[in-house]
Amino acid sequence: MSDKWLSSGSDWTFELLEKYDQAIGALARDFGLDTYPNQIEVISSEQMIDAYSSVGMPVGYHHWSFGKAFMSTQKNYQRGNMGLAYEIVINSNPCIAYLMEENTMTMQALVIAHACYGHNSFFKGNYLFRTWTDAEAILDYLVFARGYVAQCEERYGEERVELLLDSCHALMNLGVDRYKRPAPLSMVKEEQRLREREEYLQLQINDLWRTLPPSPDVASNRKKSERFPEEPQENLLYFFEKHAPRLEPWEREIVRIVRKIAQYFYPQRQTQIMNEGWATFWHYTLLQTLYEQGRVNDGFMFEFLQSHTNVIYQPPFDHPAYSGINPYALGFAMYRDIQRICTEPDDEDRHWFPDLVDSDWRESLDFAMRNFKDESFIAQYLSPRLIREFHLFAIEDDDQEPELKVTAIHNDEGYLKVRRTLADQHNLGNREPNIQVYSVDRYGDRSLTLRHYQSNRMPLGETTSEMLKHVVRLWGYDVRLESVDPKGNIVESQVCKANPDIRH
Amino acid sequence: MSQIIDRRAAGKNKSADNRRRFLRRFRTQIRKAVSDAVSDRNIDDLDRGEKISIPARDLTEPVFQHGPGGIRRQVHPGNKEFSTGDRIPRPKGGGQGNGGSGASDQGEGLDDFVFELTREEFLNFFFDDLALPDMVKKQLTALPDTKKARAGFSRDGSPANLHVVRSFRSAIGRRLAMGAAPRRELMALEEALSQLEEKGETETLEALALRAEIETLKKRIQAIPFIDTFDLRYTNQIDKPEPTSQAVMFCLMDVSGSMDEVRKDIAKRFFMLLHLFLTRNYERIEVVFIRHHTVAKEVDEDDFFHSRETGGTVVSSALAMLANIMDERYPTTAWNIYVAQASDGDNFVDDTPRCGKLLTKRILPRVQYFAYVEINALSPQSLWREYTRIAAGADNFALRRIDGEAEIFPVFRDLFRRQPA
Repeated sequence: MSDKWLSSGSDWTFELLEKYDQAIGALARDFGLDTYPNQIEVISSEQMIDAYSSVGMPVGYHHWSFGKAFMSTQKNYQRGNMGLAYEIVINSNPCIAYLMEENTMTMQALVIAHACYGHNSFFKGNYLFRTWTDAEAILDYLVFARGYVAQCEERYGEERVELLLDSCHALMNLGVDRYKRPAPLSMVKEEQRLREREEYLQLQINDLWRTLPPSPDVASNRKKSERFPEEPQENLLYFFEKHAPRLEPWEREIVRIVRKIAQYFYPQRQTQIMNEGWATFWHYTLLQTLYEQGRVNDGFMFEFLQSHTNVIYQPPFDHPAYSGINPYALGFAMYRDIQRICTEPDDEDRHWFPDLVDSDWRESLDFAMRNFKDESFIAQYLSPRLIREFHLFAIEDDDQEPELKVTAIHNDEGYLKVRRTLADQHNLGNREPNIQVYSVDRYGDRSLTLRHYQSNRMPLGETTSEMLKHVVRLWGYDVRLESVDPKGNIVESQVCKANPDIRH
Repeated sequence: MSQIIDRRAAGKNKSADNRRRFLRRFRTQIRKAVSDAVSDRNIDDLDRGEKISIPARDLTEPVFQHGPGGIRRQVHPGNKEFSTGDRIPRPKGGGQGNGGSGASDQGEGLDDFVFELTREEFLNFFFDDLALPDMVKKQLTALPDTKKARAGFSRDGSPANLHVVRSFRSAIGRRLAMGAAPRRELMALEEALSQLEEKGETETLEALALRAEIETLKKRIQAIPFIDTFDLRYTNQIDKPEPTSQAVMFCLMDVSGSMDEVRKDIAKRFFMLLHLFLTRNYERIEVVFIRHHTVAKEVDEDDFFHSRETGGTVVSSALAMLANIMDERYPTTAWNIYVAQASDGDNFVDDTPRCGKLLTKRILPRVQYFAYVEINALSPQSLWREYTRIAAGADNFALRRIDGEAEIFPVFRDLFRRQPA
């Protein structure tokens, strides 16, 4: 055994973890990675399943859906149908990373490099995370949420809380502000504000829904056609929290909790390729550097490379295992490609990426990591060379045509089109139906109208009627959903009636 | 900068509460699955968990999704032969066409959701059907108790079990044994010294040397430890299972044409419950199945529940057989005998007095308990009247008429009252 090796066997110990963490951390700092402090927690596989089923929240309120996730994960794991992820990392300060005790030393080192320095620096640097999430306060907020939900269950019964949470979870994806920055979270403030807020809010609502006839001079000032809300609202949960007429104060608070958590996870859904690619790029670069310095041996590298290549495997479209673009594969390839363009550009690169060529690759990568999300990252950086390497091709599936059409492949005419299509494909706004609150019949039957703004004539799926029931549960009165084409014509509409006996 | 924490010892069962909620939420579906599972099980096989499967569509968590249709543009990797403008037939099942929209990403959406119920959970669902009171459920669900029994002494154990007297006794023994040789020597030396002193040679070199030697010997004897870990004795305790006796359970059932599947199923649950109760109280249980129409026959469980015959009903044939088997194989000195009889109440009228006689003379004096259930009977007939008369005079005989599973339990109430387990 060489003196320089950090370890030579596959077993890990806490001393070794510390040694690797120090070595990898020092390298990461040399490369200029800026991270939150790390909190590395070693856990058992059972605890990993726990962490899994609560979508990675270290503390969460109780809900049957987490139980369901736990049971199906446990079953699959016990049957050997799936391995567990090697790690889970939480966007918090300090950044919490879970390591499973079953991992070998090599895997632990990989996870430390991947999670504690890759993901961690992404959480700290990327603009979406900086804008939308509050790493300092999330743990406190989750503790507050768990306590609040438990308190409501005690007071109002588990089942009532559960039904409300079901509806909120169903609308979680429509519970985020896409453009407005949320106020920072704070557990103390949340609690302080709670009591005043509950009373005050109820007053507000009551005023909005005043049933007494307004005095004549007020009525004359108010135009009958005045719309509410004035502009369509994209954040359904926010709208219900503020304006749903029949929710009680504690119910509004629970809507708010789900909304806040949805907001916290929103950036993760928008930066899959960037985030995983970044972490993969850095675990590769960091461990490779350790190897070049002679600090890990060949056995270590074989094991590492084997699992690394598994992670970045991209099956072709006609492969039985194909399930879309592998974010690890594409992300890793793109960051490597940017590095290559900076250090060893060819003529094509000079033409396509004049700004990158001969720049410092660390600075360029850092810039890319900080200022993009998947959609814009692809639009900005996907190079013709990668399109060729991945043999990417674009397909158009129009239900009015009998056949699918290949619209672009990896050639000079196709590069831009493939890149544009792939970028659009990663725009969350295109993947999920765009549904907004359109209007409320304030002086009539209090019914709510939602509008689905269709793109590419895509209709809503079969869950829609089930979903409208959830909307009705939150709103309390009839709900209408209209699908609108780009010209503003209503092409489809459904109504879900509120059951007058369902509440109170 | 980094902090490494070992969390493995921290709470494992973080999801237990969520699991409980899941079970509560889907109790209707699970209860049905449990009920199906019970029908498939042998009656002595109730006491374990079960793999439960409920339709996945019942537990989806919906979100707004795009349905099929419209225009979709997708990029895929691995192009081999396509060029721009090619037209490809739409793949069947729409997998490619819809790829990327939520619906098909969910993958296993259509399979049943399968999970394991633990033994406790399974029994709880089973008991829910039977409307058991909580106290009884607890008794049944509890694992067999073991009792700590003394079994001599051992050299190791927990400090709480330290046996002081024994430890001191062995300390004394050890001190004696270790001190024996030096003491013998000491006595010899003291003897020699006193002889010298008698001669008046108290200050001679010899005497001084003797005194010095005596001094070292005394120190050596003193240095023997008063108590040593070697001396410690602990009371030894072993786990002894509480139920120690054995029992036999006779299942008697009328299998004439009028006992249909529904009635048999109720009967089966009745037998199962009795069996479960007996397992809690006895270490070893045998089950004997006797079915009868006009003649009785000892059969195995499968035949017992699944064969169907037609014909009249002569209950005494089964009772006579029961009495004979007891005579031959299960002497009351070695066995606790339980009998459970299920029937739809039909009997050949002239046979009833014979049944009464068999019961009072040969059977009831020897059994712990005889339970009779009449399932979905139309109106009380001769057998019921005869049995009612007998029950009035015997405290180990219980009978009930039941129309459904929930009424099985009252039969057991007497049993539990008589036998505080």
